[in-house]
Amino acid sequence: MTTNGSTLDARELAFKYRHSGQILHDVSASITPGSFLAILGMNGSGKSTFLSCLDGLLSPQKGVVILDGTQLKQVSREDRAKSIAYVTQHSHANRLTVYDALLLGRKPYIRSMPSAQDYQAVDDVIERLDLTPFALRYVDELSGGEYQKIIIARAFVQQADVLLLDEPTNNLDMANQAEVLQLVRDEVDTRNLAAAAVMHDVNLALRYCDRFLLIKEGRVLDCGGPEVITPESIQQVYGISADIITHNGHRIVIPL
Amino acid sequence: MEVEELSQSHASLPGSARRSYQGYIRHKWLVLVVGVVLLLMLTIVSIMSGSANLSISQVLAALVGSGDDYSRIVVWNLRMPHILTAMVGGVALALAGCSFQSVLRNPLASASTLGVAQGAAFGASVAIIVLGAGGTSAAHEAVVFSSPSLTAVCAFGGAMLSTLVILGLSRFRDMTPESIVLAGVALSALFSGATALVQYFAEDTQVAAVVFWTFGSLRRVTYRELAIMAAVTAACAIFFHFNRWNYNAMESGEASAHSLGVNVKGVRLVNMLVATVASSTIIAFCGIINFVGLVAPHVMRRFIGSDYRYLLPSSAVAGAVLLLASDLLASSLVPSVVLPISAITSFVGAPLFLWLLMRGAHR
Repeated sequence: MTTNGSTLDARELAFKYRHSGQILHDVSASITPGSFLAILGMNGSGKSTFLSCLDGLLSPQKGVVILDGTQLKQVSREDRAKSIAYVTQHSHANRLTVYDALLLGRKPYIRSMPSAQDYQAVDDVIERLDLTPFALRYVDELSGGEYQKIIIARAFVQQADVLLLDEPTNNLDMANQAEVLQLVRDEVDTRNLAAAAVMHDVNLALRYCDRFLLIKEGRVLDCGGPEVITPESIQQVYGISADIITHNGHRIVIPL
Repeated sequence: MEVEELSQSHASLPGSARRSYQGYIRHKWLVLVVGVVLLLMLTIVSIMSGSANLSISQVLAALVGSGDDYSRIVVWNLRMPHILTAMVGGVALALAGCSFQSVLRNPLASASTLGVAQGAAFGASVAIIVLGAGGTSAAHEAVVFSSPSLTAVCAFGGAMLSTLVILGLSRFRDMTPESIVLAGVALSALFSGATALVQYFAEDTQVAAVVFWTFGSLRRVTYRELAIMAAVTAACAIFFHFNRWNYNAMESGEASAHSLGVNVKGVRLVNMLVATVASSTIIAFCGIINFVGLVAPHVMRRFIGSDYRYLLPSSAVAGAVLLLASDLLASSLVPSVVLPISAITSFVGAPLFLWLLMRGAHR
């Protein structure tokens, strides 16, 4: 099912925690349909905070988040959950079966009992992602890679137009990193999903994302297509020297 | 097994996951039915226990309102009040335990660990010692409660106090589930200290009455009090039922629950309040009853997982079974003596809890 093509706009967001310094300084960005945005920056640069502001989990002291022309804080919780799915870094594996964990993705739609549509949405994702043999396994018995895939699958069951991911490849091996990001890329391409992910691996970002937001100390350094990833921008963001080569049509960053 | 294995193409027919899932759901229903049958069997055994020597046909006849007067009096006046109290109390404490454990994402959260029981003991102490609601009868040298209603009201107030303080604090400062549990532990210690101080300045007879109250008893509850307990429990059960999807979401973590449309803070605070009302009502009338709210949800998690759509009803049944079985033990272990229910629930609950831990139970 193709999305309605929602756009999530952040306009000049400023945020600080109660006892911290300023985390975000006037950060603006757009998450647009059919595009996968990588949010890049060093640890502590405010990437995850920015993502939390985009989902309404944190309220910025200044600036607004706009979902399809409406301020996010004016959107009801249920409507927000139908529009934005957020895959967090700190999701807890509880004692639900994979099927139940996926059905939980229908929470914004369920009044009391899940409808036939809700079950169908779960069945479709299970089939699409080949999860049938795992449907009745408890999620707290899955490996890290399996669990991450289930959490992303739950976001697909949520059928939101915008998908936000906070370090989705954390603690995953190379094969699982590729698998998880390919799942998102496929959804972006086939369902016109608008996606954004906080990422640490610039090469994975270059491989699977098409737009890049570079953040340093809570400020946007640059935002745009792959051309914004240059030896100079890598030096600015991460403080290291790097070369960029092209191999089989893919750009690769090599730290020097 | 890793993601690539997850994605291996398996020869699975479309919809086969749903069919397997439906079988899994039938298993949960089966567990629930077994629990209800066990509860009914325990009820019959409880009615038949004691010196009345009723046959099963007399019991069944009395239960449906027919049979001889003697059987009906024994069943409805002597046995059913405490049997029904055990059922209602077990249901309320188990449901409150489910709610606490979910919204605080803490396997140790219960009325006993959040200061509710200690607050109730403090309230009862104030009623008995300061307000003179209990003491020892000179004629019979037995503990009497001259004003059980006052004791119940003060115990209820004391039990609510701990949660109300926590809710009050959370209005001024965001409190994480961990800090709420720690605040509950601190308030438990505070209430225990306050209770000890009140008792220190009391007469021996009053202290005896307080100690007797804290032992817990299902047998001092009247039908009128039972009706209050049942009404509160039913109202809270409906509330918990409507929150079952919120509980499932909240167990995934705050950010995940928020992403699924849950008002995390609101659900947590309101559920704490309702769960406290449920457990406080039971404690106010029955005294301290340990472990039921903690163990019943854990036992059922072992059998059917953490899906609250099924965990709530099955924990309710498990709570009723646990309390009724404890009551049966309390009245049958020593001839002519009914042992304190709180001691028996601990003796039944603690080994059960240890067994769950040894079996590697989850949460």
